[in-house]
Amino acid sequence: MSFVLREVSVRHASAARADLGHALNAVTLTIEQGEQIALIGPSGAGKTTLLHTLACAHPPTSGEFSVFDTQPWTLQHAARHVLRARLFLAPQTPPLPPRQRVVTAVLAGCLPQWGFWKSIASLIKPRDADTAYDALARFDLQDKLYSRVDRLSGGERQRCGMARLLVSNADAFLVDEPLSALDPTLSRQTLHTLQAEAATRNATLVCSLHQVELALEYFPRIIALRDGRVVFDAPRAEVTQEMIAALYRNAKNDAPAAVTTPVLEPAETHFA
Amino acid sequence: MKVRSAHPDPAWRGRITATVIALILLWPMLVASEFKPWILFDAQSLNATWGFLCGFFPPAHSSEFLALMLEATWQTVAIATAGLALALLGAIPLTLLATESLSISRLESGRMRFAGTFVRQCARWLLVVLRSVPELVWALLLVRIVGLGPTAGVLAIALTYSGMLGKVYAEILESSETHASEALLQNGSSRLAALFYGALPAAGSELVSYTTYRWECAIRGSVVMGFVGAGGIGQRMDESMKMLAGAEVSTMLIIFVLLVAGADLVSTFLRKKLG
Amino acid sequence: MDKHRPAPPPVIAPATLALLLGLLALVAASFYSLNIKWGELFTTSAVRSSMEFLQGFAPPEMATPFLIRVAEGTLETLSMSALGTGIAFVIGLALALPASGRFGAVARGIVRLVLNVLRSIPELVWAVILLIAAGLGPFAGTLALAIHTSGVLGRLFADALENLPPACEDTLRLNGAGALGAFFYAALPQIAPQLMSYTLYRWENNIRAAAILGIVGAGGLGQMLKYHLSLFQMQQAATVIIAMLLMITVVDAVSFWLRRRLTGK
Repeated sequence: MSFVLREVSVRHASAARADLGHALNAVTLTIEQGEQIALIGPSGAGKTTLLHTLACAHPPTSGEFSVFDTQPWTLQHAARHVLRARLFLAPQTPPLPPRQRVVTAVLAGCLPQWGFWKSIASLIKPRDADTAYDALARFDLQDKLYSRVDRLSGGERQRCGMARLLVSNADAFLVDEPLSALDPTLSRQTLHTLQAEAATRNATLVCSLHQVELALEYFPRIIALRDGRVVFDAPRAEVTQEMIAALYRNAKNDAPAAVTTPVLEPAETHFA
Repeated sequence: MKVRSAHPDPAWRGRITATVIALILLWPMLVASEFKPWILFDAQSLNATWGFLCGFFPPAHSSEFLALMLEATWQTVAIATAGLALALLGAIPLTLLATESLSISRLESGRMRFAGTFVRQCARWLLVVLRSVPELVWALLLVRIVGLGPTAGVLAIALTYSGMLGKVYAEILESSETHASEALLQNGSSRLAALFYGALPAAGSELVSYTTYRWECAIRGSVVMGFVGAGGIGQRMDESMKMLAGAEVSTMLIIFVLLVAGADLVSTFLRKKLG
Repeated sequence: MDKHRPAPPPVIAPATLALLLGLLALVAASFYSLNIKWGELFTTSAVRSSMEFLQGFAPPEMATPFLIRVAEGTLETLSMSALGTGIAFVIGLALALPASGRFGAVARGIVRLVLNVLRSIPELVWAVILLIAAGLGPFAGTLALAIHTSGVLGRLFADALENLPPACEDTLRLNGAGALGAFFYAALPQIAPQLMSYTLYRWENNIRAAAILGIVGAGGLGQMLKYHLSLFQMQQAATVIIAMLLMITVVDAVSFWLRRRLTGK
């Protein structure tokens, strides 16, 4: 059992939105090890908050939450940190230091399993440059191994963040909108790579997506969120166009066009 | 253990070279500065240090010693203040000479212009020499001319700081908006009028804030100058050090920290009020 | 006559006026309490003896063996400043980690206090104290520079770290990296350019400081100056002062040129 949430509620992380109530409201979910799940829903539905909650970034305000059959927020700080090494959260825009080289940025994914001296040594001469190369190659980025991060385009940076995911040895991948800066071809390649890696390791994959078409095409289980609540949680065969249309209807910020054409946020312009 | 990476780091060779060069440069530096950390830990030096540090607690706090300290602290502040006031007297005329945008001869051409440039260059060189000699060296020389005591300290601060203030004042006046003073000069007003009605209003707050910053520096400087006999708390500390009186030294160190923190507060306050 | 013209605002606000008067009083009190004997400064005998003193400096000693010793002293001064700044960089960075709140608020408060103490005591005072532990010579001076500069750099570094957007580091921490690992892989590469420019600026300062530390016996050109002045060897002292001035001028010019190249103006 990867994740179990029972009536979990979470407040907004930022104080400015704290008075808006809960970002997640009484969410109940069970996710088995090795499952591959797409999270969909309009902007502000709580997808990112749910991923952060699964990654043990913040404690739920109420409800029961367990990861790999342990309750992280009853653990000591150090033990919880060991647990976090088994989870990998890839944020939507990976924050990478601009002057760092790609090889170092990718190998930073190995930090949890490296000792202090090994990580220092790797700053001087990259350890396992081959591992980083192979991870980048799966996203067609192998040529950028020794380039600086600030020379990459937005989409390249996003895939660099996911190459970090491949070198980590996490048992669960929590990926926040991995396709927001990618064109349709790369989007498919990226989803394919993520799923293949998760399947090989028997790792759990939870991926929030704005592209409903792709979500339905690639993921066997779909969880839909709106206003911090689970609207439906179903195998893709049971998801109908009506359910999707209802999910996005009158959403405050999001275009309901997501039903028919995959919404691609501004694709990278200077893709090299 | 992997023998060789299939994708060698292109920067590796450069890093090795840089490290080797740094080591080659480091060696003569270590020799020149007699860098021998182990002498800190030999028995004799440890004993001396331990004995001295043991004296630190409790700090000396007899009322007569504290009265002496109060007087010395005031002397330190007074040396800095008086020195800075004299430095201002020296710096202002030099600034007027050195500032290009306040020059009348710049407006004209021919011989006048050459003479003006000459005077201006002389003023600038004087400023360079005044500020390049560290204040402690001025103090060391002045102690030999005017004798031990605060006079040497005041004069040393006055000399160094007139150079520093003059240079920075000229820079501030030149970098600030020069339209107003230029217009005044072209309409026939004098240098002083151009300064008061043109340049000063534009740059006033910057000048004030730099001066208060320098006052803070002068206080640190006057502490240090006591060590060559120019009065103030530094001189008292020099005496206590020579007698290895740890308790007195620790009191003075506390006073230093408070004095510097106080000067910092006052100068921040002045900059806010006057700037 | 226009009765409706508003009264002109005071030229100076009363509070500012009071402040200025206070400053004037401070200056007056300073001069009064220092009791400077201006009269004695400008008597003919005083002026004559000063002139004699100054004439003793000319001509500066230019014999080759002495020039070689001055060059050695210059090298010693430069080495002291470079090593002192290098050590301070390492210590400053190590102290900046707790001082930027990375190991809790208590550690932050304590380390900030320590940094303030290190910073407020001038290099020269540190040198005097260290002479007891390290003995006369440039080693004490190097340590003194290192200690004072650690305080200065530690605080600057800590402020730079606190102003850094935390996203990079938080992401690595969230994925299970240790605090130090996340610091070296996320925070350090971001603030590295800032650290370098602070350190270079302090090095420039430390060259000046190293030149005078010798006056209390901590090596370098200052020690030569003090030695020759105390033996009334004015011509040698003049050479040392000229060497000091040259060194400071050259270093200023080099660093001005470097910074102009770095900032690309």
